[in-house]
Amino acid sequence: MRSRLSTLFDALLPVLATLAALAVGAVMLLFLKVNPIEAYAALLNGAFGSFNSFAETLVKATPLLLVALGICISFRGDVINIGGEGQMIVGAILATWVGLTFTDYPGWLITTVALLAGFLGGAVWGGIPGILKAYFNVNEILSTVMMNAIAVQLMNFLLRGPMIDPAQADVASKIPQTARLLDIFQLPRLAPTRLHMGALIAVGLAVLVYILLWRTTLGYRIRAVGQNPHASRYAGIKVPRYMVMALLLSGAFAGLAGAIQVYGVNYRMITDGSASGFTGSAGFNGIVAALFGQLHPIWSIPASILFGALLVGANSMQRIVQVPSALITVLNGLVVVFVVSSEIWRRRRQRRRLAAAPEEEPSPKPDQTEVQKKEEAQP
Amino acid sequence: MITELFSTTVLIGILASGIRLATPYLYAAIGETFSQKSGVLNLGVEGQMLLGCFAAFYVAFTTGNLWLGVLAAMIVGAVMGLAMAFVTVNLHAQQGISGIGFYLFGLGMSDLLFQRLMGTVETVKGFQKIYIPGLSDIPGIGEILFNQNILVYGAYLLVPIAWFVLNKTTLGLKIRAVGENPDAADSLGVSVAQVRYFTIILGGTLSGVAGASLSIALLNVFQQNMTSGLGFIAVALVYFGAWKPVGVLGGALLFSMVNSLQLWIQVLGIPVPSDIAVMMPYVLTILVLVATVSRVRAPSALTKPFERDE
Repeated sequence: MRSRLSTLFDALLPVLATLAALAVGAVMLLFLKVNPIEAYAALLNGAFGSFNSFAETLVKATPLLLVALGICISFRGDVINIGGEGQMIVGAILATWVGLTFTDYPGWLITTVALLAGFLGGAVWGGIPGILKAYFNVNEILSTVMMNAIAVQLMNFLLRGPMIDPAQADVASKIPQTARLLDIFQLPRLAPTRLHMGALIAVGLAVLVYILLWRTTLGYRIRAVGQNPHASRYAGIKVPRYMVMALLLSGAFAGLAGAIQVYGVNYRMITDGSASGFTGSAGFNGIVAALFGQLHPIWSIPASILFGALLVGANSMQRIVQVPSALITVLNGLVVVFVVSSEIWRRRRQRRRLAAAPEEEPSPKPDQTEVQKKEEAQP
Repeated sequence: MITELFSTTVLIGILASGIRLATPYLYAAIGETFSQKSGVLNLGVEGQMLLGCFAAFYVAFTTGNLWLGVLAAMIVGAVMGLAMAFVTVNLHAQQGISGIGFYLFGLGMSDLLFQRLMGTVETVKGFQKIYIPGLSDIPGIGEILFNQNILVYGAYLLVPIAWFVLNKTTLGLKIRAVGENPDAADSLGVSVAQVRYFTIILGGTLSGVAGASLSIALLNVFQQNMTSGLGFIAVALVYFGAWKPVGVLGGALLFSMVNSLQLWIQVLGIPVPSDIAVMMPYVLTILVLVATVSRVRAPSALTKPFERDE
């Protein structure tokens, strides 16, 4: 009973952290001479107030969820992927290229190939820092941040040059964008809103990632490496390989998020020169959603919807009470800080539980025998 | 056009702006060196810089006093450092991720305050070049080295000071001990928490100055997200410089010179796509990290929270 209560408490920690962030946000609003209740009401109403606004929330939640799924994989492998922005961009570039190059094929085929290309592009962009970490000991946080910057410039270069919309190439404005995808390549809409099939794909993949992490050897090994690289090495797991896999898969999901943004929402790529101009900072906000969802793919679904709602609600908050939507970035930052800070209570209670009941099954730390058992089960 | 790049005036221009552009990297990276030496990876530098940028600009713009601007940036950076220290030292939060949280906070907050308090992009008359009689008149060298503003000189002065503090003082010894072997330091009566608080707050303060150097000494404007990744590069420079102030100086100069070259290439209209030119420093960082990181050892306790064994 006590352990069930504390499990509940663990699950509530991120919620408490978010409430704390909202409270700090309310104080800030007071300093800005804005009524926080009015502001948050505008936010809620903007996100859930109508069928349309809820659909919009889901549209915003889709890339967050896909990025978050990748983050679940990499963070559980103890690899910190900050490169979601760049991975989204590269995935989107590759997917867009497919759709603009192969125009004589059936729509479903090209869309599928394009999304796979996005997956692949993200995998490459995540795999490079993975290899650098696993085999050259380069800190992945730094390399993924650098890869973000490189991806942005690559996008700007391609969209101003080789991939520019032919209609823009000849006119003076030269808006840096690609041509529009053919209608038959676009992801189908789910309702008479902007909600598209990408949302369903993302939810389906959340289940798959759950299975990957807890029901396959690959997922098991990624988690084992994340929890105890030394024991894993001792048990014969090739640690570097699974570090690379964790980052590569993480990047792949972000790449898919980028591809789905193009095929489901914008139907073309356009740049304002910055990463967030294309991604809407989903590469960062996906991290927030994943942390909120306790790095669990299924819990990441409601978490992504929550943060999607914040993003949509922020716009109406800006309109109605003139609070810049940048407030949401502030709140996201606070949520991250509060969630990682609150981990200490979970760890403390876990330790106390272990001390109190040593015969109880220990925390899911892969002790060596368990690892070996699993390893032996493999051919 | 390529030949233009090698004319004396252009070369002097490239070197002079290279020296100048190293300023924010130096402040931020030297500050980060202190915190990493004590075992804390502060990834929030970019956020601290952005808030410092805004605080310095806003205060300088409204009061007309540039030094008050610098002070404001230092305070803002120090407060963010204090928060970071509490979260990482007392609450043992994972440093990399909480750093990203502080980055998002600074990014959003500077933007929010800018939109609420100013709204439009303004300019300010920033720190002016200091004329040093004699030295500033030396042909070439005078223009490159002795025709800069006070914050630029301050950044370079910081390098020997940091070296001295880290290597020749008791405080430096404590910082290094806490970063290498906190258990041993603790058993000798050094307060790990105190030392780390000190270095993280110092790092935050210097990141604030780094931001101020951008907004009231180099560019003299404030725009949303104007650091655009500079703070993250500063963190990379610490690895690059193998946790030594002189190494950091080398990295900062290499970076700023490449940046300056890239700017001049655009100014002269040399037909290299500017996006590709802008990309180069980042590619360079990764390559240099690959080349150096495997050879040098990071402080042993880097990113590890300290907890006394009970």
